Amino acid sequence: MTQQPIQTDLNSVLSHEEIHAIDAELSHVPYKSGAAIDALKIVQARRGWVSDDCLMAIARHLDMSAEQLEGIATFYNLIYRRPVGEKVILFCDSVSCWISDCDGIKAKISQHLQIDYGETTTDNRYTLLPVPCLGACDRAPVMMIGDELITDLDDARIELLFGAHNEARTD
Amino acid sequence: MEPVLTRNIGPERCPTNLAAYQANHGYRGLRKALTEMSADDCQAVVKNSNLRGRGGAGFPTGMKWSFVPRGDACTPGHKYLVCNADEMEPGTFKDRLLMECDPHQLIEGMILAAYTIGADIAYIFIRGEYLVAIQRLRDAIAECYASGYLGERILGSDFNLQMHVHPSAGRYICGEETALINALEGKRANPRAKPPFPQVSGLWGRPTIVNNVETLCNIPHIIDRGADWFKTLGVGEDSGTKLFGVSGKVNNPGCWELPMGTPIREIIDQHAGGMRAGFQLKGFLPGGGSTDFLVPEHLDLAMDYNVIGAAGSRMGTGTMIILDDRTCPVGMVLNLIRFFAQESCGFCTPCRDGLPWSRQVLEDIENGAGRSEDLETLAYQVKYIGAIGNTHCALAPGAMEPLQSAMKYFYDDFVRHVDGGHCPYHNGTGAR
Repeated sequence: MTQQPIQTDLNSVLSHEEIHAIDAELSHVPYKSGAAIDALKIVQARRGWVSDDCLMAIARHLDMSAEQLEGIATFYNLIYRRPVGEKVILFCDSVSCWISDCDGIKAKISQHLQIDYGETTTDNRYTLLPVPCLGACDRAPVMMIGDELITDLDDARIELLFGAHNEARTD
Repeated sequence: MEPVLTRNIGPERCPTNLAAYQANHGYRGLRKALTEMSADDCQAVVKNSNLRGRGGAGFPTGMKWSFVPRGDACTPGHKYLVCNADEMEPGTFKDRLLMECDPHQLIEGMILAAYTIGADIAYIFIRGEYLVAIQRLRDAIAECYASGYLGERILGSDFNLQMHVHPSAGRYICGEETALINALEGKRANPRAKPPFPQVSGLWGRPTIVNNVETLCNIPHIIDRGADWFKTLGVGEDSGTKLFGVSGKVNNPGCWELPMGTPIREIIDQHAGGMRAGFQLKGFLPGGGSTDFLVPEHLDLAMDYNVIGAAGSRMGTGTMIILDDRTCPVGMVLNLIRFFAQESCGFCTPCRDGLPWSRQVLEDIENGAGRSEDLETLAYQVKYIGAIGNTHCALAPGAMEPLQSAMKYFYDDFVRHVDGGHCPYHNGTGAR
């Protein structure tokens, strides 16, 4: 028996609420594709990331090719085209943080969480990503965990934040 | 010095709401403009103030605004004012402070700028990570709509303005004004060819002015107190005050409002508290990651655009990054080039392929695998990637600035890496 590829009905991928939010953005732009980034962010805000099905459904809704929208989605580093953990760690490795040994801090985080850049912890709590200078260089090294900016990072701070991670996972 | 831009920003960095802002002469400049001054009057005051853009390029603000077509010269339709709040230049941390602590100052500056150029829609294009600033600006804009500072017939005049906060989806290149406009239009943030300049054909093909946060924050004070007053604030040849910052191995890293033209030595020694014990100043980037290194012999120069330019660098954003004697200059440049290679938009070849090449050569040198001909390769790259005109925008030439100046001032360090087969700052152990 040959397996049929599963066809997703793109009309049913996005929720009514998502479509409503995207349509509200359309009122601000002279043509539909002008709301492309807003639409990607609307969907990501509700789902954590933008799946292939979502991308294709958004493209259809905005009267764009999926390829054109993919070119936009993959350009921007805060649009996630792969699933991420509950919280994304945006780790600043730009010059002022580098001078303050962010490489050492990053190694400590990787050691605690057992992940490198682009990876998610096995318990799905954290995804680690690099980010351009976070504009808090007087308090370097810095990172964001989810919505929160964490400054003046040192080994003790990392221990406090992530030291219990592996123990918690085994519960 | 009397604080101007930071007059509502105390050491505790509490945000200023509308009532507090008004109580300290807030929106007085706007009332003055809308009751006593025409748009041409405002244009003349800003031009005469000699205000120069605080985003890094230092272009005269009044001149930039003067290119916007007005009256009969402008076809019917919207004009746009866009605030560039995409602060992402490595080592820069000034606009965050202005937006988080005194959002109304920026909004008043934007209303005045929009009035001057005849814009009816304004955007604050802000990096998505600045969540606190995004919320405070939205709250402040809501206060303004409720109080008649935004919307229809502002303060009873016939001037209308809508203002929106637009959080970005990332990428350093969005700080380039035409790339920013493409991002606002929902496209990939590739810079556009110029001409046409955004002042004539920008957002949605309409006249658009893009100004930096700190630039716009100066406007209420210039309108309120005049061009002559503003010119007296600087202690050198440039007008006004500036947020200067220092990061690196100093005792008191931070950001301070000081007169334009303040000597570098005063900023580092007095305000930043000098070098930390055990560290010597080896060099510094005067205004962010894309400016040329200067060295201790330049410490007595004034932080003025032309003075720093004459010394072979740029004042850039005015936030300095200190290189100390225990940090590897090759490693520091490698960090910067890695950043710029990552952030290339990929549109033109010298940037897309040239910067990763520079990164590879620097990695080899830093990791002890460098050969003497690699230094010639770096010089070749500086010459051809760094030349304005070989690339589509200023990203790659900016990336070459710290590299070319590091090779000028710290050439011996590069040679020691190649000759010794390891980074001398790592003691061959890989640990800094």
